[in-house]
Amino acid sequence: MKLTTFLLAILFSGGLLAADYKIDTKGAHASINFKIQHLGYSWLTGRFNDFSGSFSYDKAKPEDSKIQVKINTTSIDSNHAERDKHLRSGDFLNTDKFGEATFVSTKIKDKGNGKLEVVGDLTLHGVTKSITIDTTKVGEGDDPWGGYRVGFAGETEFRLKDFGIPEKLGKASQTVYLSLHVEGIRQ
Amino acid sequence: MIKNTQQQYGLISKVIHWLVALVVFTMFGVGLWMVELDYYSTWYKDAPHYHKSVGILLTVVIIFRLVWRWFNVKPEPLKSHSRFERIAAHIAHIIIYVLLFAIFISGYLISTADGRGISVFNWFEVPSLGQFVENQEDLAGEIHELLAFGLIGLVAIHALAALKHHFFDKDSTLKRMF
Repeated sequence: MKLTTFLLAILFSGGLLAADYKIDTKGAHASINFKIQHLGYSWLTGRFNDFSGSFSYDKAKPEDSKIQVKINTTSIDSNHAERDKHLRSGDFLNTDKFGEATFVSTKIKDKGNGKLEVVGDLTLHGVTKSITIDTTKVGEGDDPWGGYRVGFAGETEFRLKDFGIPEKLGKASQTVYLSLHVEGIRQ
Repeated sequence: MIKNTQQQYGLISKVIHWLVALVVFTMFGVGLWMVELDYYSTWYKDAPHYHKSVGILLTVVIIFRLVWRWFNVKPEPLKSHSRFERIAAHIAHIIIYVLLFAIFISGYLISTADGRGISVFNWFEVPSLGQFVENQEDLAGEIHELLAFGLIGLVAIHALAALKHHFFDKDSTLKRMF
């Protein structure tokens, strides 16, 4: 009985501190895009089509925010089946073994003017490393269908090597850049 | 003789048989080699292009081979062949054809999974039929590889059986193909 009360208290207090949002992947108002140099001559872009996540956010206390995202790595899509097959193979993501990537925020710093620094653990290819996502709040407010939404855009980068992914694409193609867009619907 | 007779395979059958044997073994080797190529290898783009082009042409050759087989006399099994040998050889031949077509189809399904067609030596293009299952290129790729190993295994048995007839039974089974 006491335990239930305790758990309810936690849930309730959490709800008071910050609103919980579900990332709108159902309506596809969110995307995880990557780009990497091709030979040093151009950018190759792609994305992960299947992911889900949630975050809590309160504009009065942005530093109390939290976000977690799960990505199905087999959903990588660079608009070329043969390349996607190669990217899913052991040469790159090894999705048979590492079918899921996750990001869990550990610390959020408010830099003012709607800018946030989201620090968190990215687990990719079986390796967990801390990365920092430079985030900008795009906007928030009521949507036309009775809901409430807030959206962010984020940029980050990491070396493939840092996550144990073999670098087979040459010198110019060792760093991958992520461009993230999330829109959350308040629960 | 161009055509088959009751006793002997004709020239067309022989040429196609040995041509297909050579191409299948080469394709198997190239297939294993090309997927391990370094991105900066000069063969990185060309090897798969030739592998796919030859695969499409081989499909046409095998279809012609089946048509030719259908409209021709089939040399009769040698009298010295046992009942087991006749049935086993016949089943093996059918499975070889089935495997060949399964490999052609699965290979086609890898490259055409995203709607792109297959360019045959930049000469003509075989159009895509689109995607039938999600991540089709992965599934088709695994099937393509597994069946290729299966085919080579079966062909090895087929070849060993022919050599057994030639060297142990000392009959004309293998000679009829030359």
